[in-house]
Amino acid sequence: MSSPATPRPNQPWLPKLVLAPSFLLSFLFIYGLIAWNGYLSLSASRLLPNYEFVGVEQYVNLFDSERWWVALTNLGIFGTLFIGCGMALGLFLAILLDQKIRAEGALRTIYLYPMALSFIVTGTAWKWILNPGLGIENVVRQWGFENFTFDWLINPERAIYTVVIAGVWQSSGFVMALFLAGLRGIDDSIIKAAQVDGASLPRIYWRIIIPSLRPVFFSTLLVLAHIAIKSFDLVIALTNGGPGFATDVPATFMYSMAFSRGQIGLGAASATVMLATIAAIVVPYLYSELRTKR
Amino acid sequence: MQNFHRFVIWSLLLGFAAMFLGPLYVMVVTSLKDMNEIRSGGLLALPDNPSLGAWAKAWSSACTGTDCGGLKPFFMNSTLMVVPAVLVSSALGAINGYIISKWRFRGSEVIFGLMLFGVFMPMQVVLLPMSQVLGWLGISSSIWGLVLVHVLAGIPSTTLFFRNYYVGLPDELIKAAMLDGAGFWRIFWRIVLPLSTPILVVTLIWQFTNIWNDFLYGVVFSGGDSKPVTVGLNNLANTSSVVKEYNVDMAAAMIAALPTLAIYVIAGKYFVRGLTAGAVKG
Repeated sequence: MSSPATPRPNQPWLPKLVLAPSFLLSFLFIYGLIAWNGYLSLSASRLLPNYEFVGVEQYVNLFDSERWWVALTNLGIFGTLFIGCGMALGLFLAILLDQKIRAEGALRTIYLYPMALSFIVTGTAWKWILNPGLGIENVVRQWGFENFTFDWLINPERAIYTVVIAGVWQSSGFVMALFLAGLRGIDDSIIKAAQVDGASLPRIYWRIIIPSLRPVFFSTLLVLAHIAIKSFDLVIALTNGGPGFATDVPATFMYSMAFSRGQIGLGAASATVMLATIAAIVVPYLYSELRTKR
Repeated sequence: MQNFHRFVIWSLLLGFAAMFLGPLYVMVVTSLKDMNEIRSGGLLALPDNPSLGAWAKAWSSACTGTDCGGLKPFFMNSTLMVVPAVLVSSALGAINGYIISKWRFRGSEVIFGLMLFGVFMPMQVVLLPMSQVLGWLGISSSIWGLVLVHVLAGIPSTTLFFRNYYVGLPDELIKAAMLDGAGFWRIFWRIVLPLSTPILVVTLIWQFTNIWNDFLYGVVFSGGDSKPVTVGLNNLANTSSVVKEYNVDMAAAMIAALPTLAIYVIAGKYFVRGLTAGAVKG
C-alpha cells in the first residue's frame, strides 16, 4: 500500500517525538522484560530475586523435573487435540453455514458467543457440567443408563481431556468465523465450473475449496497454537492443575513455581521456554507477513 | 434428495447450536434453583421455583476465601480498571497507528514489526520482572498497577488495529490537507479521527473484552482490595466450604460474564471484526 511519496511534514521531528514515548515504553515492556526474565532464569533466584549468575542450572533442574515433563506432555496432548478438533469442528461448521442457510446470522451468533466469555467463566461452568455425580453423568443415568460413568474431571489420566472439551467448545466458533470469511472470499465461478464438469459437492470442497483456504489454515493454526501455549485461566478454573499436578501445563507450572513455591529462577526458566516455543512459531510468520506487505 | 440434504444440514446445525447453548442454559437454570433441587433434580431440568436468591448471594454475600462480601467489590474493581485501561490504550494505539501509516520515516516499518511481537508474546515472561517494577513504582497490588500493565500490554494490538485501518485511508487526503496548511495534529483531529469510527469501536470492544476477561495479570498483580472480577469468581468457585453452592457459583459466573456478553449481543459485528483482525494480520 505504500505510495511513492509519503506526506512530508513541515515539522519532520513531530511524528517521531509523539511516537517515541509509547514505543519506548512498549519496547521496554516487551524486550526489556524478556531480557530481565532471561537473566532471572540464569540466576540463583529462589524465594526472592537473587542476581548471582549460575548459568543454565535452572534449565537443567527444569528438565530434570518430573512435573515439568507432565506439563509439557499435557501441552502436547492439549495442544494437538485442541488445535485439531477446533479446526475440524470450526471448518465443518463453516462449510455447513456456507450452504445458503436462512438463519445464518442467528446460528453464527450462537456458535461464537463463548468467545466473548472469559476462560474463568467457561471453566467454572464446565466444572459444574462435568462434575461426576451431579453433572452429565447424572443426566445420562437419569435417562436410564444406570452404569454410565463420566468422571474424567477427577481422573488423573483423563482430566486433561476435559480441558480439551471446554477449550474446543469455547474457540471452535471463532475458527468457524475465520473459515467462513475465507469461504466467502472464494471466487464462485471456479465452483460453478466444477459443478458443470459434474463434480459432487464433497469433492468440490475437498479438491478445490479447502486447498484454496491454505492462508486461513495458517493463521488459524497460529492463533490456536498461541492460545494453547498461553492457556492458563481455563486450566486453573476447571481443574486447578489437578488432581495433584496431573493437568499442569507450562503456564500453570510457571505460575506455581514463581508465585507459590518460591522457585523464581525455575519459573523464569519455564517462561523462557514458553517464549522460545511461541517465537519459533510466530517470528517466521511475522517475517513473511511483513515482507509480502512491501 | 435435495430435501434430505437440507434436513441433514439443518439437523447438524441445530444439534451444534444446542451444544453451544447448552452450558449457558445450564448456568442460567442452575443459578435459579436452590441447593435441594440441584441435589435431587437433573442438570437440564427447569427450576421448579425459580428464585434470584443465588444471584443476590453471589453479588453481595458469598465467600471468596476468607472474606464474604460477594462479587460486588471485585466487579467494581474491574470497572474502575477497565475504563482507564481501555481508553488510554486505544488512544495511544490510534496515534501510533496514524503515525506509522501516514507519517512513515526510515525504520518505521521495522519498529512496527518489532512491536508486533508484543501481540503474541507469552505474558508469563513479563510476570516476574513486572511485579518488581510495579513494586518500585509503588503501585503493586493496586488498581493503577493493573491499569498500567493492561495499557502496556495492549499498545501492540491497538497500534496494529489502527495501523491496518489507516493504511487503507488514501494518502491524498493527508496531502490535500497539508496543502491547505493543516499540521500534524489538525489532520489527526479534523480528518483522520472522524473517519475512524468503525476501527475505534472494534478496538474499544476488543480491549474491553480482553481486559475484563483477563485473569493472569489480575491474579499476579492485584492485592487484597484491588482484585478484578475474574479473580473473585475463581476464588468464590474454588472456596472449599462445607457445602458447595453450585447455584451461587453459576450466578457468580453469569455476573462476571454479563458485561462482555452484553457487548457481544449489542455489537457482535464489531466484536467479530476485532477477533478476525487480531487473527489475520494486514
